[in-house]
Order: sequence, then structure tokens, then C-alpha cells
Amino acid sequence: MMSSQAKKLLEKGTVSDNPIVYQILGICSALAVTNRVENSFLMGLALIFVLSGSSGLVSLLRNIIPKRTRMIFEVLIIATFVIIVDLVLKAYAWEAAKVMGAYVALIITNCIVMGRAEAFAIANPLGKSLLDALGNGIGYAWVLIAVALVREVVGTGKIVFTTLAQTEIAIFPAAVVKAMDGQFPLLLILPPGAFLVLGLLIWVLKATQGPTEEA
Amino acid sequence: MAPQIHWLLVLFAAIFTNNILLAYFLGMCSFLAVSKTLKTAYGLGLAVTFVTTSTAIINFGIYRFFLDPATSLFGVDLTFLQYIIFIAVIAAFVQLVEMVIDKYSPTLYMALGIFLPLITVNCAILGTSVFMVIRNYTFIQAAGYGLGSGLGWFLAIVLIAGIRQQLRFANIPGPLKGVGITMIITGLMAMAFLGFAGVANLG
Repeated sequence: MMSSQAKKLLEKGTVSDNPIVYQILGICSALAVTNRVENSFLMGLALIFVLSGSSGLVSLLRNIIPKRTRMIFEVLIIATFVIIVDLVLKAYAWEAAKVMGAYVALIITNCIVMGRAEAFAIANPLGKSLLDALGNGIGYAWVLIAVALVREVVGTGKIVFTTLAQTEIAIFPAAVVKAMDGQFPLLLILPPGAFLVLGLLIWVLKATQGPTEEA
Repeated sequence: MAPQIHWLLVLFAAIFTNNILLAYFLGMCSFLAVSKTLKTAYGLGLAVTFVTTSTAIINFGIYRFFLDPATSLFGVDLTFLQYIIFIAVIAAFVQLVEMVIDKYSPTLYMALGIFLPLITVNCAILGTSVFMVIRNYTFIQAAGYGLGSGLGWFLAIVLIAGIRQQLRFANIPGPLKGVGITMIITGLMAMAFLGFAGVANLG
């Protein structure tokens, strides 16, 4: 089943045509929830679910949806999946849902979901669309988690879990924390830190990968 | 949350201390795409301000009278439908504005027309409506918040577009060009706006 074509589709979304780094889509939530690793992880999962669901459904209905009004259908399909995620989060992860509430709702206008529906799922069969959605979803999730790791670890010195588990992972040895007087550069978890870290991450990724215009 | 906040304070806070773009990261997609020159930034900024304010007011009415069980005409809890309804209202409103402008003011249509379709998927607009509900604003506060969000977004995109215009002549390393450097200047701008923190605060 895992043909070379399938692998290529997955690779494209996760690395060489990463939605955040190269397509510049879905930046809003990539910045907003990345002050906590845990929230980024949940947001990544939520997006993978919404993206796979909506891409799959759009792809299944692609011959029925009228061309002229397809955008409205796509938005409605996406919104339906977002409501499901929102209700599930509220039921099982209330604390996280309170923090991320608005941003979960904003998956509706997350350009990745709309972009994949419009650019790929509307013209491709179910299997391919799902793989494309999965690739892009994972691509989004790992960038989010990478940004969050930098922000939370450098900004607070530890990683705190409250929903998935009830632990705190201290990153630096106690001596370092003591030497710094427990003061870490708070700037990184404040809004400006998000812009700076993501900007630098995009720089590093583009510099190491080189231009991938031909991909 | 706090019904005692004066609506002018909400307006001020939405522009400076709680800027929708610089503090809540909403509307980044069109922001990155359209902030290359001042002229287009003005056009999109104006359109966003108008649509944000109007849809915040419309969505407020709909939420109060149809969705919120405490104040609704039917007494049924339909709040789970808010996202679908908000986005539908925004899409319909944008379409309507586009048609009206097209009919009555061709000059304005030439200036704003191309930006209008972009606006439907601008998350700053949906975000404003969602935040307005989460923060439990009264009508006048919601209107002030809508206007403030729009103006704040307008201010941010115009400021950044001004810088980006000058940056064309700067010697930036290749991989950093475009999005990378824009992110970093936006970060610096957000830092500058942190200076307003404490002047006013929205929960």
C-alpha cells in the first residue's frame, strides 16, 4: 500500500512543501498556542483530525459539489469538523479547551485546511487526499511542537503538563536554575517571542534545505 | 467578564495593548501576503476595519437573540452553532459589501475589490466575534472592540508595510528574505507594543 507515490505525498507535506515554512499557511495558530508544548501537541492533533476529515469528505463529494459554490461547502464541512473537536476538547480536556478555545474555533479560517481542500482534495481521489492531509497535518504539528519546545524550555526552564499528565519536566539542572535565580527570559513566552522564534526557525530550515522551488 | 469597562477603554486596549495581530496573532496570512507595499496595506486595512466592526455588531445581535440560552428568543442553547453561524455571516456580509460597492462606487471597488474575497478567511474577523463572546461584552463594548480590533490590525499592517518597503534596499541573507524577516520585524514591533502594557488591560 505504501507505494513510492504515497511516500512522496507524505514527505511533501511534512518536509519539502511544509505548510508553515514554505506555503506560509496557518501561521496564526502556529504563533498563538506555542507558548506551551502540551497545547501545541493538542492543537496539532486537532488540526490533523480536522484536515483529514474535511479533505476526505471534500474529496468524496468532489463530483457532487457545484463548482461555483464550492467554497461555501468547504467552509461548512470544515466548520462541522471544528465543532466536533471543540466539543470533544471541552468534554475531555477542559483546562486546555479554556486556553485554546478561540484558536480551536479559528481552525475554520486556518488557511491550511481551506488550502488543502481547495488545492488538492477537490480534484483528487479519497486515498490521495487523505495522505496529502496527513502529510500537511504532521508538517504543521511538528513545526508547532518545535517552536513550542524552544519557547517553553528557554522561556520558563521547564515543560509543564496539565492535561495529558500531571507532571513538570525540569530541563536544566537545579544548579543552573539557582544560578539564574529562577529567572528565565520571559520574552520568549510573551507574544514577541513567538514571532522571533518562528522567524528564526523558518530561516534555519530554509537555509539548511536550500530553495525547493522545483519540488 | 467585566461589564464595568468603558467602551472607549475597550477600543483603546484593542488597538494598543491587546492588538489583535501583535498580541493574538490573528490575520497573519493576509498580513504576510499583502504587507509588501503601503498602498495595498491601506486598502486591505480599511476593508478589514469596516468588515470587522460591522460583523462584530451583527454577530453580537445574532448571538444574543438566537444562540445564547439566557437571552435567546427561543430559550434553547444553540451556542455550539456559533462558529458556523459567525463564519456564514462574515462570508455573506463580505459578498454583500462587494456587490454594493461594485454597484455604487466603481472607484472604491477598484481600490478595495480585490481584497474583499481575502477577508472572508482573515481570522482576525472571526477571531473578533469569538473573543467578543468569550469575554462576555455588552453591545457597546462589542462594537468598541470590533472597531478597535479592526483599527489595531490596520495600524499594524501599515506600520509593517512601511518598514518592508524600506527593507527592499537592505542586504538580507537569502533564506531569511520574505517571511523570515517579516516575522522578525513583526516580533520587534510586538515588543514595542508591549510598552503599552499596563495602560489598559482586557482579561
